[in-house]
Amino acid sequence: MARLNVNPTRMVLTNLKRKLRTARRGHKLLKDKRDELMKKFLAIVKENRRERELVEKMLKDVYSRFIMARALMSDTHLEEALIFPKQKVTLKASSKNIMSVEVPVFEFYTQGQTGDDVFPYGFAATSGELDGAMIALQKVTPHLLRLAELEKTAQLMADEIEKTRRRVNALEYVMIPNIEETIKYIVMKLDENERGNMIRLMKVKDMMLEEAHHFKERMAQQS
Amino acid sequence: MHKIAVIGDKDSILGFKAIGFDIYPTKDNEETANLLESLVADGYALIYITEDKAYGIMDEISKYRSSYFPAIILIPGSKGSLGIGKKFVKESIEKAVGADILAQDD
Repeated sequence: MARLNVNPTRMVLTNLKRKLRTARRGHKLLKDKRDELMKKFLAIVKENRRERELVEKMLKDVYSRFIMARALMSDTHLEEALIFPKQKVTLKASSKNIMSVEVPVFEFYTQGQTGDDVFPYGFAATSGELDGAMIALQKVTPHLLRLAELEKTAQLMADEIEKTRRRVNALEYVMIPNIEETIKYIVMKLDENERGNMIRLMKVKDMMLEEAHHFKERMAQQS
Repeated sequence: MHKIAVIGDKDSILGFKAIGFDIYPTKDNEETANLLESLVADGYALIYITEDKAYGIMDEISKYRSSYFPAIILIPGSKGSLGIGKKFVKESIEKAVGADILAQDD
């Protein structure tokens, strides 16, 4: 691991130690966030899959009914029957907060006639298959909206999880080891200086004692 | 209040008109891409697009993937499902988890 480019001083050491503490705490928090996001995400995505399969199946049914209707009616007639809708769907999009991810919540309102009667046409000029198709289509609508909500939520959460995971990894594998390494380096450097200083002091003391008592000369005289 | 749009070939999406969605039939990719852009600008919060139309303009669609609005949802067209919508779900999982851990064999 690369060590940070800093001066090995006591002050930098203190700062780094504080930074390491913050990084560790951030790492723990982000990890918790990631785990919780993942838990929620998996639940949503499971539902998303299920809903998508359901919608695809239902739409297939709708389309096949429409094809039957088209076969029995002329294009112009069909278009004429459907061109002016009886109801108008508006969507109210609000947002929900899942672990600090803003996700949409869709509510839809139908304006105009509600209830079972969705047919915007008279029955005289249309075939019965078209009625079946319309009823099937109306049944899909809530599922379509639910699908939209789930899918968008899943996408947004996937983004957030990816971001969080990157942050966690950056802290865990780059930032924290770097700081630890630098702290070790500074501590060693300071210890080394300390030892050097000690030796120097001992040497100086020896020299001063020699000056005062002339041990070497006495030793020479004795022998 | 937001509106809901459906983009696709006319045969597939005609029915949606009757239940109150706004339908926009398109022909080629360029038209679809331009349409998508103008619909987003118009404030449609929810845009359904059939898979065969979406296939040609994946780049434009993925541009809106990470933004809060609009939600662009793929639906199968009248020719049946192409599996692109399912692939989107799979991609989300792979992005978040790293691998599709919920993969089912189908």
